Amino acid sequence: MKAESIIRDPLVLGNKDYHQVSVDLTKPIEDKPTREWLIAISITSVLMTFGLFCIFWEVWFGVGTWGLNRTVGWGWDITNFVWWIGIGHAGTLISAILLLFRQKWRTAVNRSAEAMTIFAVICAGLFPVFHMGRVWLIFFNLPYPNSRGPLWPNFNSPLLWDVFAISTYFTVSLLFWYTGLIPDLALVRDRATNKLRKVAYTILSFGWTGSAKHWQRHESLSLVLAGISTPLVLSVHTIVSFDFATSVIPGWHTTIFPPYFVAGAIFSGFAMVLTLLIITRRVLHLEDYITIGHMESMNKIIVLTGSIVGSAYLTELFTAWYSQNLYEQYAFMNRAMGPYWWSYWGMMTCNVISPQLFWFPKLRRSVWFTFFMSIVINCGMWFERFVIIVTSLHRDYLPSSWSYYSPTWVEIGMFLGTMGLFLTAFLVFAKTMPVIAIAEIKAILKSSGEAQKIASSHMTFEPHHPQAQPSVRGVVHHPDNHSNNG
Amino acid sequence: MANKFIYGIYDDEQKLIDAVEQVRSQGLKIHDCITPFPVHGLDEAMGLKESRLHITGFLYGMSGFAFAFSFMTWVFTSNWPLIIGGKPYFSFPAFIPVMFEFTVLTASVLMTFTFLARCGLYPGRFRDTLDVRLTDDRFAMVFRSDASTTPESANQIVQALRNSGALEVNEKEMSRHY
Repeated sequence: MKAESIIRDPLVLGNKDYHQVSVDLTKPIEDKPTREWLIAISITSVLMTFGLFCIFWEVWFGVGTWGLNRTVGWGWDITNFVWWIGIGHAGTLISAILLLFRQKWRTAVNRSAEAMTIFAVICAGLFPVFHMGRVWLIFFNLPYPNSRGPLWPNFNSPLLWDVFAISTYFTVSLLFWYTGLIPDLALVRDRATNKLRKVAYTILSFGWTGSAKHWQRHESLSLVLAGISTPLVLSVHTIVSFDFATSVIPGWHTTIFPPYFVAGAIFSGFAMVLTLLIITRRVLHLEDYITIGHMESMNKIIVLTGSIVGSAYLTELFTAWYSQNLYEQYAFMNRAMGPYWWSYWGMMTCNVISPQLFWFPKLRRSVWFTFFMSIVINCGMWFERFVIIVTSLHRDYLPSSWSYYSPTWVEIGMFLGTMGLFLTAFLVFAKTMPVIAIAEIKAILKSSGEAQKIASSHMTFEPHHPQAQPSVRGVVHHPDNHSNNG
Repeated sequence: MANKFIYGIYDDEQKLIDAVEQVRSQGLKIHDCITPFPVHGLDEAMGLKESRLHITGFLYGMSGFAFAFSFMTWVFTSNWPLIIGGKPYFSFPAFIPVMFEFTVLTASVLMTFTFLARCGLYPGRFRDTLDVRLTDDRFAMVFRSDASTTPESANQIVQALRNSGALEVNEKEMSRHY
């Protein structure tokens, strides 16, 4: 077992042993649903149902029920698509990239972040699918031997690359998430006292035993899936950005788009992870597992990606000026001062200025402030996509075809519906599956549990350094020690 | 056919690793170890060979890559050549995204199915549970006792488990393999 420095914050607070971890983390599944949960799921189901109704309306009457026009062909639908896909990215970043970087703090948040990824990708996928209009012909996208020639899809088109990227991303995320869940579902099965739960979790846990050989293969699989998910997650938003960057619309036709989109995706994804986890840790009483230190680590990633996004905005402005391209220059002038100025300044305030507040440790470690900021960033990133898509489209080369776009109730309802779908799915997940990867927490408990850290520090430090006594929180008291978690 | 297992229960992964090394040094053949989470170093202690799963992943990925490349090339150069944006039929750079995604897709899907198949896992698979505490906080070293196991050798196993620090040594007969 690897030792870990005592000045690192413990990742699991309190005096926990393996059994206590199992008890704490399966409790939400084994308890009866609380009143708050029932109220929450009723609200989100109503939203989801309304969204389904709007989808039905759109399919029945056609895309004309949306506010799109000849000039603005992509509106809220593609904005929401890019926004949801971006949100999904944090889950894969946490589960794959942070696994490769051996960041132990990911163990407390990876499961729920991956679940979030899957639900977000489902929500995202709905928009381009229903934007097709004749959704029953969706299989035309797939390269299958057909009676029309066979006529194949255009493999040179970024829109088709999207079909491949999103479906691959969804499938790989689902497999990664579910193989990680199997051992924890087996724990729920073995703890089950009632018949129904026993049967249900026997089916779900695939007959997992915990054999050493199975664990060895499981580890091998997780590592390889993490390894290939890392370029995958970067490729997905890169390909989404190609939808724009390969076209010749001023404001879209830039090579900065792929890295800028990926950073923005991770930025918004972490904001959504924080929104969900701050509520989850409170409602399910997981404060000992999802600690302030975890929040702080995520806030640091938000500062990093937020700064990348901010400098990308400034780079775009600079490039527009430096390119001496009139159309490009007008596109950016129009963003800031045209009819959609409010979305541009909303984006700038929420995404560029506000994340910089996280440089202050006090704000990074404040639950309320983080929660507030996570909402601000989610709004900011939605504005960003709206700015990129709608403001670039509504005024391009020919002033005679300039127009204005605003959404109809069908588009707004569909967006609210995906919110409902996302939250309903998350609530069902939080009630039926362990929201924290139990086996992974147990595997880091000895090196990063609070009680375990104190015990090991007593053996090494205690006699010589009276001033280096571990405190109740397992940390040596020192004014600057709050930021040693990353 | 009845499966009979003798197993010792430990309460700590390090104790299990030490016990595995001690028992193996006595020349006994361990059937399996069961742990609630992956214990690093246990597979070396048990003398398990490295998993070849990642090699299959590589092979699957390469086949997916080759398939995507040759399929798109065939479609655009011979089956239905189309000029798109004035570019050549064989516009290789534009094939890269789909080739990459398909490589990842085949590697991960087939590798996951290989994992499930090799471990005998599938939805609804029912296995008798050796001990319910083994997914919670206990670790087990398991021996299989079959027709060739004499009472003396069974006794030797029990003694070895006891001496290695097992908290309990149990015997269980199951109609199915656990």
